[in-house]
Amino acid sequence: MSDLDALRLEALTAVASATELSEIEALRVQYLGKKGAITSQLKTLGQLPEAERPGAGARINQVKTEVDAAINARWQSQTAIAEAAKVQASAIDVTLPGRGLQRGALHPVSLVLERIEQFFHSVGFESVVGPEIEDDYHNFEALNLPAHHPARAMHDTFYLTDSLLLRTHTSPVQVRTMESQKPPFRIICPGKTYRVDPPDPSHLPMFHQVEGLMVDEHCSFADLKGMITEFLRVFFERDDLKVRFRPSYFPFTEPSAEVDVQCVHCSGTGHCRVCSSTGWLEVMGSGMVHPRVLEMSGIDSEKYLGFAFGMGPERLAMLRYGVSDMRHFVENDLRFLEQFQ
Amino acid sequence: MKFSEQWLREWVNPKLSTQALVSQITMAGLEVDSVEPAAAILSQVVVGQILSAESHPNADKLKVCTVSSGTDSHQVVCGAPNARPGIKVPFALVGAKLDDFKIKKAKLRGVESFGMLCSERELGLSENHEGLMELADDAPVGADINGYLKLDDSIIEVDLTPNRSDCLGIIGLARETGLMNNLDVCTPDMQPVAAVHNDEVAVHLAALDGCPRFVGRVVRDVDLTAKTPLWLTEKLRRSGIRSIDPVVDVTNYIMLELNQPMHAYDLNRLTGDITVRQSTKGEQLTLLNGNQTTLAAGTLLITDASGPIGMAGIMGGASTAVQSDTRDIYLEAAFFAPIAIAGRARAYSMHTDAAHRFERGVDYQGQVRAMERASQLLLLIAGGRPGPLIDTVNEADLPQAVEVRLRAARVARVLGMDINDADIENILKRLEFEFSLDPNGEDRAWLVQSPSHRFDINIEADLIEEISRIIGYEALPVTQPVATLSMLEATETQSSGKRLKQRLIDRGYSEAISYSFVDSDLQQRLLPEATAVALKNPLSSEMSVMRTTLVGGLLKALVHNQNRQQTNVRLFEIGLVFHQHDQSALSFDTIAQQERLAMVLSGQRFPEGWANSSDSVDFFDLKGDLEALLGETGLTFEACEISGLQVGQSARILKDNVPLGQIGLLEASVAAQFDLRAPAYVAEIDLSLALGQHVPSVQEVSKYPGVRRDIAILIARSVTATSVRSVIEMSAGDTLLHLKLFDVYMGKGIDPNQKSVGLGLTFQHPSRTLTDEEINTAMAEVVQALESQLQAQLR
Repeated sequence: MSDLDALRLEALTAVASATELSEIEALRVQYLGKKGAITSQLKTLGQLPEAERPGAGARINQVKTEVDAAINARWQSQTAIAEAAKVQASAIDVTLPGRGLQRGALHPVSLVLERIEQFFHSVGFESVVGPEIEDDYHNFEALNLPAHHPARAMHDTFYLTDSLLLRTHTSPVQVRTMESQKPPFRIICPGKTYRVDPPDPSHLPMFHQVEGLMVDEHCSFADLKGMITEFLRVFFERDDLKVRFRPSYFPFTEPSAEVDVQCVHCSGTGHCRVCSSTGWLEVMGSGMVHPRVLEMSGIDSEKYLGFAFGMGPERLAMLRYGVSDMRHFVENDLRFLEQFQ
Repeated sequence: MKFSEQWLREWVNPKLSTQALVSQITMAGLEVDSVEPAAAILSQVVVGQILSAESHPNADKLKVCTVSSGTDSHQVVCGAPNARPGIKVPFALVGAKLDDFKIKKAKLRGVESFGMLCSERELGLSENHEGLMELADDAPVGADINGYLKLDDSIIEVDLTPNRSDCLGIIGLARETGLMNNLDVCTPDMQPVAAVHNDEVAVHLAALDGCPRFVGRVVRDVDLTAKTPLWLTEKLRRSGIRSIDPVVDVTNYIMLELNQPMHAYDLNRLTGDITVRQSTKGEQLTLLNGNQTTLAAGTLLITDASGPIGMAGIMGGASTAVQSDTRDIYLEAAFFAPIAIAGRARAYSMHTDAAHRFERGVDYQGQVRAMERASQLLLLIAGGRPGPLIDTVNEADLPQAVEVRLRAARVARVLGMDINDADIENILKRLEFEFSLDPNGEDRAWLVQSPSHRFDINIEADLIEEISRIIGYEALPVTQPVATLSMLEATETQSSGKRLKQRLIDRGYSEAISYSFVDSDLQQRLLPEATAVALKNPLSSEMSVMRTTLVGGLLKALVHNQNRQQTNVRLFEIGLVFHQHDQSALSFDTIAQQERLAMVLSGQRFPEGWANSSDSVDFFDLKGDLEALLGETGLTFEACEISGLQVGQSARILKDNVPLGQIGLLEASVAAQFDLRAPAYVAEIDLSLALGQHVPSVQEVSKYPGVRRDIAILIARSVTATSVRSVIEMSAGDTLLHLKLFDVYMGKGIDPNQKSVGLGLTFQHPSRTLTDEEINTAMAEVVQALESQLQAQLR
């Protein structure tokens, strides 16, 4: 029986040193196949005495099982090694850039417009748009700005004919709404506006405005203060932002107020180029709608009150995103625009 | 309006720092634009007296002076022509600082000099550098110059809104400051000046609406060579006005102080009586500034027997102007109504301080006061013999104070806060408003009349504004509006512009915003058939007409980027274009203002990168983007010749058979006009149509497998994909699920007039598995139809 022991030792040694899967498979055939060396041992059982046969058979089977297990284990471990090698060979540099297109960017003015709209939509204001070529009546007359009114000098106007012009604010959209709808209403009017100002760091002949209007039976200056203050805090994402209302004059509102916010650059600490060290930044005009404006559009100014406000998205974009020159907004330089991805 | 802080404080002097005063003025609604020091910052500059002035031994133009600084004498070398013994001048001692310039001991042509004698310019007072600034004889030698010249002053500039014309003078600013601080205002002495002769000029008011009051006075024997005192010229200077001669200086002073523009005539150049009347068209007038003006009708004029001698309230005429030889003058202080002046100066392309005030409104009771004050000052400075003050007035045509009803309940409703009666009455009192309780018995109401200096109080809201302003906006409450909830419309058949923009951005496009006014010639090259609307007053020829297409702006942006090494460009813009339908009549209704979306694409398909192909973009990139944007349902492209676009690479876009816009490769000649360096693909569509979308109506998804059959056919190159598709869809029967056109090949191995097209047809039945036989039959129909209708050959 030393043959069997020798065979066992030989097989286990061979298995342990086999590396290729094909080699391991060959060993399986060599030792455990139909004509394999260990399998063949069973055929020798017949030559043994009857009584020894069970014991010898059991020993042969034991060896067979042992070698089979060794082969399987070796197979598995070598397979794992081979797999690992394959995986390793297919490793990539995950830091290489991805394939395909780059995302574009929304214009910063649109970005600001979208945010403004979002805030006001959330409290039930509807966006309304209107024509950019307007008539004198809707741009001026209906807003309490008759011909020769000195305040017209504040609106350097592009004219197409004596009575047709490029709107100098989006207020005519409010007039058109008041003419065609019945109060109460809450609207905001975003859009392009025009004034005869040569382009420079703080002026463009074409710029945007968002004007808002709320007309209702109960609607006070205190409400205007509340709504504007909240909007500015939400817009600049600062709960403690100081907001100041300052008496001013617009022909279409009374009382009228300029709205200043605490300088978002220096937080009001001074020595600042953004706010000229005043600590305040003018960001909006606002006021209670002038009773005459309501009446001209057929609204009973005794029954209804309204407040209105207007702001410049370019100005807000400059403050929010640190844009230093208004002309960037119309150059459409991708190196500028793509910063708003 | 620029003014000296000291001047204001002469009238009313609250215990406030400059900064606090400025902030108070701003919060009262008179926005302060700037605060600047009145002079250069000076230290160790004193009143000096020249004791002697000898010739310099080595220089003709220099003098060696001995100068007293009160306690000591100093040797100073000086080049000023007016340096002479006896005069008092500003003297900068050694160690003095004039702004950043430091005075040191020096040697000039061999003679030592200790200090510097100063001109006005050196003190930062004016541009005058002709000689030393001569101080008054009684100036105390050795006194600090800042104190003596009252240089420790600020120049405050307020940016006044058009309603507050009453604050275009110190009198109004003082009134506001007094009101804010509960202080009385000290008005300077304005006692009537007694006449010493009876000469006068008769005045006829022939345009009562425009001029209901005209105050005049003759002053004889005025000495125009007299020097206006420093205190007066300094106030003028700090308001930005140069000193000219005593008469002009005094009239300017009155305008700044009392907000009453005045005019002086050379009495001996007047001919006969003065008449104030409206112009007739074509009259001629030469103005003070030398401009010869042909008048339009409706300009208020001052005339005498010779014709027009001044544009009332705007500018005087040249023929009666005070000149250096003038001895006798006639002074005018009139009230010209805003309605008669408004817009007139602008119409003649002028802007004067007088017109600025009259068109906003001056106090119609202020003319006599102004005339007395002016006479008094003029006599003081330039002497002269005054005649009587003649007030020609038609009371009935003066503005009448409106009686406005003010209700406490309305105040509370507008402001959101109840204000008690005593506070309201106190505010009205401080504003110099006259009021009484409304006799009609309404609870808590007053009848209020505004004073003659306020032109902006006509209705109740005007009074409520005043009350809120005096209380202070900061003191008013802050609440959130309460309103009835209502939902906003949100239609599904119209997509939002916001969503469209997001899709474009996700496909690599950045948003552009271009001017709505463009270069007429360039636009003409791009879109010759459109009629653009032109601006009457454009900023430049590059911004002269309204855009008829958005593409021009995008091409400009493309060039801008190409010129800055940004060659892969994808841009879009959404905005209005403007077309004039009716050539004959330009009106609001004949201009179409349509919202469009335009896109431009140029350069390589992908950004440069290890994994990206370096292919250039082509028509199908842009088309694919449009398909992704608009959805393929109902979207068709038809080859079409379009101006500005290259023939054979341009198409009309239709959605549900409605024309939506166009797409194509920019024609080379147009590209050259725009200085483009690479091919550009452009598309422009009508936005409102593009935003239309179908509300989905779901088809059941079949549970049975689809079967695909691929074929390749040879057809003439001119046969379009659309016609292949329509032939197949017509012939394949109901079970055709979809059709893929997976290959198009032209070139080697194929007839040059033909192309090979690979087609994949997938068949599916909603409720059962299709048999091979059914599919074969359908395919046979398809092939037969392609052969007969398109002369296709199966490959």
